[in-house]
Amino acid sequence: MLFFRRKSTLASGNGAPAEAPSVEARSVWRNARLRLYRNKAAMGSLIILGLIIVLAIIGPSLSPHEYDAVYWDRIQMGPDFANQHWFGTDGNGRDLFVRTLYGARVSMAVGLLATFVSMVIGVVYGATAGYFGGRVDNLMMRFVDILYTLPFMFFVIMLMVVFGRNIFLIFVALGAVEWLTMARIVRGQTLAIKRREFIEAAHAIGVSNLTIIFRHIIPNVLGPVIVYATLTIPQVILIESFLSFLGLGVQEPLTSWGVLISEGANVMEVAPWMLLFPAAFLATTLFCFNFIGDGLRDALDPKDR
Amino acid sequence: MTRYILKRLLGAIPLMLIVIAVAFFMMRIAPGGPFDSERALPPEIEQNIKAAYDLDKPLVQQFGIYLWKVMHGDFGPSIKIRDFSVAELIASGAPASIQLGLSAILLALMVGVTLGTLSALRQNSAADYAVMGVAMTGIVIPNFVMAPLLSLVVGVYWELLPTSGWGSGELKYKVLPIIALSLPQIAYISRLTRGSMLEVLNSNFVRTARAKGLRDHLVVIRHALKAGLLPVVSYLGPATAAVTTGSVVIETIFAVPGIGTYFIKAALNRDYPLVMGVVIVYGALIITLNLLVDVLYGLLDPKLRSNR
Amino acid sequence: MRVLTGSKPTRTLRALMLGTMLSTVLISGAHAEKVLRNGNDGEPQSMDPHYVSTVQTSRLTDDMYLNLMTRGQKGEAIAGAAESWTISPDGLVYTFKIRSHTWSDGTPVTANDFAYSFRRLLDPASGTEYASLLYIIKGAEEFNKGKAKAEDVGVKVVDDRTLEVTLTAPAPYFLSQLAHQTAAPVPKHVIEKFGKDWTKPENIVVNGPFKLAEWVPNVHAKLVKNDKFYDAANVKLDTVYYYTYEDRTAMQKRFRAGELDVVRDIASEQIDWLKANMKDELRIIPYAGIYDYALNTTKKPFDDLRVRRAMALLVDNEAITDKVLKTGELPAYSYVPPGTGNYTAPATVDWKGKPYAARVEEAKKLLADAGYGKDKPLKFTLRYNTSENHKRIAIAVAAMWKQAGIEAELFNTEGKIHYADLKQKNFEVAREGWIADYDDPQNFLFKMEGKTGPLNYSGYNNPEFNALMDKAALMTDLTARAEVLKQAEALVMRDVPVIPIYYYVSKQLVSPKVVGWVDNTPDNHPSRFMDIKQ
Repeated sequence: MLFFRRKSTLASGNGAPAEAPSVEARSVWRNARLRLYRNKAAMGSLIILGLIIVLAIIGPSLSPHEYDAVYWDRIQMGPDFANQHWFGTDGNGRDLFVRTLYGARVSMAVGLLATFVSMVIGVVYGATAGYFGGRVDNLMMRFVDILYTLPFMFFVIMLMVVFGRNIFLIFVALGAVEWLTMARIVRGQTLAIKRREFIEAAHAIGVSNLTIIFRHIIPNVLGPVIVYATLTIPQVILIESFLSFLGLGVQEPLTSWGVLISEGANVMEVAPWMLLFPAAFLATTLFCFNFIGDGLRDALDPKDR
Repeated sequence: MTRYILKRLLGAIPLMLIVIAVAFFMMRIAPGGPFDSERALPPEIEQNIKAAYDLDKPLVQQFGIYLWKVMHGDFGPSIKIRDFSVAELIASGAPASIQLGLSAILLALMVGVTLGTLSALRQNSAADYAVMGVAMTGIVIPNFVMAPLLSLVVGVYWELLPTSGWGSGELKYKVLPIIALSLPQIAYISRLTRGSMLEVLNSNFVRTARAKGLRDHLVVIRHALKAGLLPVVSYLGPATAAVTTGSVVIETIFAVPGIGTYFIKAALNRDYPLVMGVVIVYGALIITLNLLVDVLYGLLDPKLRSNR
Repeated sequence: MRVLTGSKPTRTLRALMLGTMLSTVLISGAHAEKVLRNGNDGEPQSMDPHYVSTVQTSRLTDDMYLNLMTRGQKGEAIAGAAESWTISPDGLVYTFKIRSHTWSDGTPVTANDFAYSFRRLLDPASGTEYASLLYIIKGAEEFNKGKAKAEDVGVKVVDDRTLEVTLTAPAPYFLSQLAHQTAAPVPKHVIEKFGKDWTKPENIVVNGPFKLAEWVPNVHAKLVKNDKFYDAANVKLDTVYYYTYEDRTAMQKRFRAGELDVVRDIASEQIDWLKANMKDELRIIPYAGIYDYALNTTKKPFDDLRVRRAMALLVDNEAITDKVLKTGELPAYSYVPPGTGNYTAPATVDWKGKPYAARVEEAKKLLADAGYGKDKPLKFTLRYNTSENHKRIAIAVAAMWKQAGIEAELFNTEGKIHYADLKQKNFEVAREGWIADYDDPQNFLFKMEGKTGPLNYSGYNNPEFNALMDKAALMTDLTARAEVLKQAEALVMRDVPVIPIYYYVSKQLVSPKVVGWVDNTPDNHPSRFMDIKQ
């Protein structure tokens, strides 16, 4: 129980809402929203992130170039407005603006999907362990301990190697590794609220365990889950970029920020634009997610500030 | 307390066994073997080599042989760096990784706690955002960009420090790797500190202390920091394990002779014994450090001590 | 040292110091340690030459062991431990006269050491990766495959200084093969004493110019001069370092900072920068190797010559070498690189020199003939192992194919999986490469023989080709043999089981301080001929 790792502040607080969840939960969320609105960094980040997402969706259609079109005469050229290569071209003569935005799609998708997978597994697993407690809890957490004891990167790499390499599997592999901390947080929260009257009441009137977990426990632990999820997204994006550095990224001609940046890092002196543009996008996005995550945590923390 | 520690250590044995089994079989179901290369070997030769490494036996039997050897302290030979045993490779690489890792964690702790505290004291001000913005550099710029950048600017352009290498382990070779290693840790630690400091600063006992008229920074140092560091302490366990077992990025870019490279390169090379060796070391380290953290946590937080 | 005016005692002191310094300079000038610092692009595998399969390792073992034949300054095979030899008229029996010299511990090197070493390499129990390189010796293959005994290997000790080796066929490349690390002598008396630990710096015994002094894994291996080497008087360097670098850019940076004298591979992406800023240090030299795409001829539709030919026609090699790589590689139109020994000009594909537009036209027609078109595009997966250059070439080739409606899906895997799949013919089109072990066309063409097994990735099995190769194997007349081999290669070029893309080059950086470095195709640069300007 005192075995929490990262972000254990989330779990250590008694983040349980008050007794009558239906009424009070709403006001908790409303207060949280108000607090979030007051946080300038988080709000600014939200706007910037929105812009990046919009750009990733409509951006490629603004450019005359396809993401996989090779221009033999424009290999590794700096930003060139005459040919509408706003960000220049890569080592194969492909337009970097379009590729950066395609990379944005992949990186964001990887981040969101992996986080979603980890959230689903982590929440269900953690809530189940916490709710049943006792031997079930012991066994389930033991399993988490085992996975924790394996080197994370080794785990991810072996998953990629064993299950081949397609982008869908990258999501699943990352999600399958990232859920551990989530499970611990949710379990801690569940332990804290399962003794509350409304749960006991539900129990007493014969509501099934499954229903209690999904109807009463999970909705009440969502606060810290959302915070942690927001902070998981940038972590996953960063891990994806590390895998790309190792050459284990997405398959060509698809690309991701990680792939673009690891290509750019090799040529930072000769073709700085190949590093600069994707790196700026990545850094901005990660900043935004982190600020939003921090803002959410500040906002959702039940202790009034 | 002693009983608790003993109990935990005893519990670690089955944990390690399962970890070894998971890693062992996971390595083996991965396609490709240590001797697959551009030069495909005639089947007879491959058979000879496999026999030399006991790789021709049934998998379960191999696992048995491996476990037996490990229990007798024999981690086997490395397949790719044949002249060294796995134990020798780890023994030669671990000191560098541990030195760099501990230095980086200490540096991160000092910088991170300071930045996090400063930030918390001025919550939601421009200063808060600026400090956190700087602190977060380490987790918004991938280290495979940061490390070569440091090496290029400090080593090649300014000629202040060696670009890479290890020499005989002089300090000048370690500065850049330590900085590069500590940057992401600074980000995590400063954020954790900021979060928990905010919580503590708003808690009753600090409010009481303030009301009693104690001067602000004294309050911070005396009361808040002690309580506010708890999450940082629990973070330190896994973080120290992760950092002291090296980093493939830092090691390849700065040519540091650590063991972090083995987690990735040995896995990609299918150097089975070497991978198993580092996995075991990592597992043991994680278990020990987590135990250490829990003990430390108990000492810092009297509430938990009584629970035991 | 900046001199400050000072009082008298200080001045005396200064004079004294100056004197000491001068004498130190003079003394050390005479004995200054000469050190060569190499940046090596991979960690050595072993100091036991029989277990070495990478060039990154053979650079070290070549400096430490003196084979019967060894490498000269230009990478050519020269007399090593053998001071002379005779060859029987049928080209099957080689008799070597062994030079009178000793191991680094003073024990004489005898013919027995060589006989022992050959048998050790071939012993199935040794589990060596590279034993097949000496299969040309009579009985070697059978012994290595467990079908014969050690005594059956055609190596005979006539006396301490005379060794007789019998081959299965006259092989004009045999002498060149003997310079390969697999043919290195190893000290039986030391191996028997220390077992597997014999290569530890404190135990190792060698007969070459340098000796292992220290090996810190992933940092460096340090070799020092072996005073017992027979030609030690002409060895100028005292110490040779091989620093391990997995990261080319990092290695290059260290070279730029003056901390390395030689860098054995460059970061190709930075070629423009290197050409502009390190013109004199940059050495790009043709290298005996071929980079190609194997087509799995055992699978549909790659069993169809029209498809294979169309695919090859569409690959614009020149665009790849000149626009994508830009590192001096030559576009390949043959499988055997030009300049290979015991050969004439290689047989080339018939479209060499044909304008690219015409090639595209022909390819489109061939594809249409084979039944592929707009509504039924040719679709397959192009596989390559993880590497920046492999990736860039694959992207370029896929774009070239696309203009004829071929849809190639790119699939990149790490090396182990790539080659494991190739070995099992579990691919459609895949990148492969081959670097010669010895200087002879046979070392390239044997890959296409039906009997070669898994290494023949394309699965090419043409009886006519096989017969020509068997015929060449028995020939002693080098000119006639070259002609037969060329006919064989012409068949490969006609049938295109592989698409040659470019001939390798070796790319390195050499500081002007290094003396005695001679650019050469085998890319062998023995440290014994090297010197360093202080």
